[in-house]
Amino acid sequence: MEIAVCVKRVPLVGSTFMLTDDAMAIDTSRIGATLSPHEENAVEAAVRLIEVHGGSITLFSVGSAQAEEQLREQLAIGADRAVLIETEGTEIDSQATAAVLAQAIDQDATDFDLVLLGTESADSGGYQTGIRIAHALGRPVVTNVKGLDITDNKATCERAVGAIREVYEVQLPAVISVLDGLNIPRYPSVPGRIKARKKPVDRLSITIPEPTTIRTSLRVPQSADKGAINLGSGQQGAKALVEVFKQIGVM
Amino acid sequence: MILVYADHDRGVIEPLTFQALTFARDIDPDVHAVLIGGSSAGLNASTAAAELGEYGAQVVHIAGLSDYSDYAPLAAARALVTLLGSTGAQALIAASSPRGNEVLAHVAAITDRPFVADCYSIAIGAPHKIVRARWAGNLHEEVDVDAEAADVLIATVFPHITEATTAPAAGAITEFTAAVSQDDLAVQVINRVGASTGGVTLPEAKVIVSGGRGMGGPDGFGILESIAAALGGTVGCTRVVTSAGWRPHSEQVGQTGTKVAPDLYLACGISGATQHLAGCKNSKTLVAINTDPDATIMNHADYIIVGDVNQVLPMVLQEIQDAKS
Amino acid sequence: MSVLPSKAKVVVIGAGIVGNSVVYHLAKLGWKDIVQVDKGPLPNPGGSTGHASNFIFPVDHSKEISELTLDSMRQYKEFGVFVESGGIEVARTPERMQELQRRLQSARAFGIDHSSLLTPEEIKAIVPYIDETIILGGFQTTSAGVVDSLRMGTLMREDAIEKGALTVSANTEVLDIVVEDDRIKSVVTDNGEIECDYVLIATGCWGPKLAAMAGTNIPLTPAVHQMKDIGPVPMFLDAKSDIEYPVVRDMDSNMYERQHGTGLEIGSYAHRPILYKVEDIPSNAEAALSPTEFPFTQEDFDLQDEHALELMPEIVGDESIGQKYAINGLLSLMPDGMPILGEAPNVKGLWSASGVWIKEGPGVGRAMAEDMVLGVSQIDWHGEEHSRFQDFQFSHEYIQARCAEGFNKMYGIVHPSEQWESLRGIRVSPLYEREKALGAFFFEAGGMERPQWFEANAPLVTKFGDAVMPRTAEWESRWWSPIINAEHLQLRETCAIADLTAFVVFDVTGPKALDVVQHSVVRQMDVAVGKTIYTPVLAPNGGFKADLTVMRLGKNHFRVVTGGAHGMADKKAFASNLPADGTAHISDLTSGLATIGLWGPNARKVLESITTDDVSNEGFPFASNRIIEIGNIRVLASRISYVGELGWELYLPVETAAALWDMIWEAGTVHGLIAAGSGATAGTGRLEKSYRAYGNELETSYNMVEAGMVFPKVKDQDFVGKQAYVAHRSEEPIAILCSLFIDDHTSSTGEKRYPLGWEPIVTRDGELLIDSKGRRSFANSAGSAPSLGKHLVMSYLPPEYAKVGQELAIEYMGDRLPCTVALVGSKPLFDPENERVRS
Repeated sequence: MEIAVCVKRVPLVGSTFMLTDDAMAIDTSRIGATLSPHEENAVEAAVRLIEVHGGSITLFSVGSAQAEEQLREQLAIGADRAVLIETEGTEIDSQATAAVLAQAIDQDATDFDLVLLGTESADSGGYQTGIRIAHALGRPVVTNVKGLDITDNKATCERAVGAIREVYEVQLPAVISVLDGLNIPRYPSVPGRIKARKKPVDRLSITIPEPTTIRTSLRVPQSADKGAINLGSGQQGAKALVEVFKQIGVM
Repeated sequence: MILVYADHDRGVIEPLTFQALTFARDIDPDVHAVLIGGSSAGLNASTAAAELGEYGAQVVHIAGLSDYSDYAPLAAARALVTLLGSTGAQALIAASSPRGNEVLAHVAAITDRPFVADCYSIAIGAPHKIVRARWAGNLHEEVDVDAEAADVLIATVFPHITEATTAPAAGAITEFTAAVSQDDLAVQVINRVGASTGGVTLPEAKVIVSGGRGMGGPDGFGILESIAAALGGTVGCTRVVTSAGWRPHSEQVGQTGTKVAPDLYLACGISGATQHLAGCKNSKTLVAINTDPDATIMNHADYIIVGDVNQVLPMVLQEIQDAKS
Repeated sequence: MSVLPSKAKVVVIGAGIVGNSVVYHLAKLGWKDIVQVDKGPLPNPGGSTGHASNFIFPVDHSKEISELTLDSMRQYKEFGVFVESGGIEVARTPERMQELQRRLQSARAFGIDHSSLLTPEEIKAIVPYIDETIILGGFQTTSAGVVDSLRMGTLMREDAIEKGALTVSANTEVLDIVVEDDRIKSVVTDNGEIECDYVLIATGCWGPKLAAMAGTNIPLTPAVHQMKDIGPVPMFLDAKSDIEYPVVRDMDSNMYERQHGTGLEIGSYAHRPILYKVEDIPSNAEAALSPTEFPFTQEDFDLQDEHALELMPEIVGDESIGQKYAINGLLSLMPDGMPILGEAPNVKGLWSASGVWIKEGPGVGRAMAEDMVLGVSQIDWHGEEHSRFQDFQFSHEYIQARCAEGFNKMYGIVHPSEQWESLRGIRVSPLYEREKALGAFFFEAGGMERPQWFEANAPLVTKFGDAVMPRTAEWESRWWSPIINAEHLQLRETCAIADLTAFVVFDVTGPKALDVVQHSVVRQMDVAVGKTIYTPVLAPNGGFKADLTVMRLGKNHFRVVTGGAHGMADKKAFASNLPADGTAHISDLTSGLATIGLWGPNARKVLESITTDDVSNEGFPFASNRIIEIGNIRVLASRISYVGELGWELYLPVETAAALWDMIWEAGTVHGLIAAGSGATAGTGRLEKSYRAYGNELETSYNMVEAGMVFPKVKDQDFVGKQAYVAHRSEEPIAILCSLFIDDHTSSTGEKRYPLGWEPIVTRDGELLIDSKGRRSFANSAGSAPSLGKHLVMSYLPPEYAKVGQELAIEYMGDRLPCTVALVGSKPLFDPENERVRS
């Protein structure tokens, strides 16, 4: 089974966002980067699939040259190669991202049975890249997937709705966008990292379409510091808390 | 006119849809709603239309697709594309629910238009001026959306930024037919598993008793279950907890888990990482219990108790039981 | 945040292991009104303490660091947060095995018991997951262990709070430190302003930022130490506690591995130096983890992964074991690798306790508190004094360069005389070019280039033959040359010129100048103008703070000359005795004056030939000074000697120094004049003369009586340490400084070996000598005494061993070399009656 996994490098943020002076980006000068969370699950799912079905995993990413760091990390988990479409550092909109990824996947020498990715990225949260890729490639797509099983070229997908799970079936080739909770991603092992150093990260140049959605500024919303009321501690606190419960009508 | 996609699950309208309707009315009072699926999908058209009308839908468009026996995102999108073509709507809006985002993204992909998810405010114009959420609302982004590319603006509304308010309108039912192929129905809910155990689920729970790393381990959650049961609520947890395998992922509250807005969110031994706060900050009352008075969660809480959860929680349970008896 | 008082005795900034230890000890010593603030939350405010690996290997080649570590371990145990896991440093190379022998030596000398060398098989038996086939052996310290430094901090704060002595405010950021008239006035925080007498900065890598607020410098840089935690390790699944196996240090890879619960923690000091500026550190809120846990950069760890795999293939090579956590953890690096402790040189009341590791934290806390409250601490920490730096050492480039160079020395094999490579040749004497022409091999003294020996003197090695005591072992030959001993012998035979410009020189002037010097030093300073006095400077406990010479140049004018390495701290010792009313001043002449030494039996002949002034013994007696004219240059000449020969130190403005050098050089040719480096003039010469050196024989743990330096009279005037000194004079010494000759240098391999200092002195049977105060005997100094034809060792011995002829031994590189006490006390072995000096 040949699997493509699309991944994105995002800033590793704390509890406060610091912006650049022009308020057009997060100031990443003092913070690091990571992989957008759902995509860790996508890679993990891919690794588990090829453990069962054989095949290989190719990572695709649109981003800065530094995204190689995240790609190496996932190569250490078990992906086989990576393709990085380098941008000049500025983030491109969802529509363009999907177009570029679809083109890269399409023109790759490998025919992919499955394209995996996260349902939405941690930073832009556009909820559309997977769906657009599917349309561009003419493939079916299932999103929000938290359970995945593939047998006989057919993917059975589950997505959570409250306590219930909806079941979808889709014939491969397909695009499946997943959510955290699909699996618990493994950590890279040291031998995995050593192997990852020798795996290829190819650079691919693709013309990026004109943006349709243009950022004019970013803003950190007012802190939600509510000036909490301290109920005290110990028994006194517990008593006061139950009074609060009564007051707000949950008891 | 603004078209609001009303997501429903076998006839039950997604509650966030009413917020989306309220939001849409502020842009243009001429709001229409769309329902996809007929009785085969469990929809009672008149009841649903009446509900939507209550929140301001002048017209309720219903595509009674015969093969649409259950939610099928692409089919729903195809129907919406048809309707957009015939109604001349200036915008297509939905709640930012999994289905709302999914269906609208399909519409955008099919029609090659931009799709703007998780909006806080929309000003239709040239360009469209929009404020939307990034990082699950921890950051606000102002964007200009090209009005030519987005001749119909396709957008979803960030949950809980608007309280759903009623504004009774006609809710007149208009049926329409849409060209939906079998291929469009290829991805469709074919089954449901893990039927409700009768317990309260996270999104609908009025009370969530949530635990973090400070609970110390899986055993620490017993007391949370007891308190949740006593208050008729359910248990939640942080990403650290599910990653450690202490609790199932279905209980995770946060950016990558479930976003909740209960009446009471009792955060126990939770420090307050961004990822977690993104999921619980819309709670009506947030109470935090933590040994560290300076933990981030304490700044986001309405009430705090400074103390060790292992000591405080049994007292809380006892107090609840005493109060009840 | 807590409500802060508007006034406090002391504000301690930082709630890491150091700040917490300081507040605890201050409270214990009785101080009240202590305020502690940290900009982060508690109990982990986000500094280096929070991510520290928390293991302690007590052994260090620095006695002071060893003592601070031992004291810290004692405190950690007292608080019940120490787990004795033991630790093993493994060697992959023969060079490292020799170094481990040296580690064992230092362990025995500085009081770290339960240390031994192990074979690979013995190591395998204790650490079953190690590949013993790639190691040659290891150095085990069973007393090594792992601490809970955060818990310790909490307990310490709680204790001070219970005493009613401490107010703590977390999430409180210091915005400014207000200084008025060079003295601390207040601390401004985002939670109010606090007036205070003292401020102590214990903020680790944020130190430079806080120091700048107060107008001073803490020269350190935040730097990365990489570590990762892999797991769960099947073998550790049953682990009942955080640490059950010994911590392993893979010294040759600059790495460590330790079991941590079910995981294996792998840390490294092998990667490229990754240095930051304070501004690069995010706030607590901005950081994903803590502010000092930077994102891990795998590419810097690639090689370390392979080294870890080699050493522990069973665990590290297991593909099912993942990397759970990995950080580029920030810690502090200092340009000379040592902590920065004590009061700032230029702001009264502003203290630093920076650049301190978990292993020294509580010990440093106690030392700081004792020094603040009592004026002296039990443990000597002169090598770490904040005031030790020269101004040029505060430049950003200097700090970065030296810290980068020092980083990989962390686990390195560092020779005691090892010289720095970066930024050399910056601070040079006016004689530098002339010295280079003579083939000078430069050592650094206080950051200044100072010739250690001259290659131009190589022919003297042939001349003196075996008398230069040639060495064959590589270790002792490193940073050494037989030319040193040849220069020594030639100096004693004819005469030598030496460049002493690295000296720190400062003047004390003003109506109250006499009072200041009188109060600062032991010896009588109310002497005739023109006298030169050598004198110790004491700590309140009667231990040594410095030794130096003071010249009285006028009624209200004294000139102090002291060593380059520690002179800046000596200057501060005098400065702290200045009156507040401005009736005495200190002016630093270090950069304005050059100093040339001229010594040897022919020194007078040389000088006479170029001056018309009377330099006869009668006209210019020993221990006097005055201005003479040499050619057309006016020179302050002082007749003293650190080599035990007739001669002068000549002080003059730097711009005329080269001309003087040339005149002496020319005049000296007929008298056999050579240039001599400090290997001879500050090393071998003084050893033969039993002159004590500060930092070796002289330190706060020993007193004047023990050092054999009692002067006939105690002056009437008060001076720092007088009370203790007087008491010591009436007591029997608990140890006595002796000189010993090594009788036979032959090692077990047949090669002759020459100890370099700091080795344990033992009985011939290998028993350690420990005095009744628990102090061990070790070689305070060791080196050649060419004129005596011996290798000489100075050591404090318990009185029962302090007998001439007493047979003892010195442990060196695994051997016990026999030695014999040759001298008890300070009467020189060479020229005992000082006839040469006074001739």
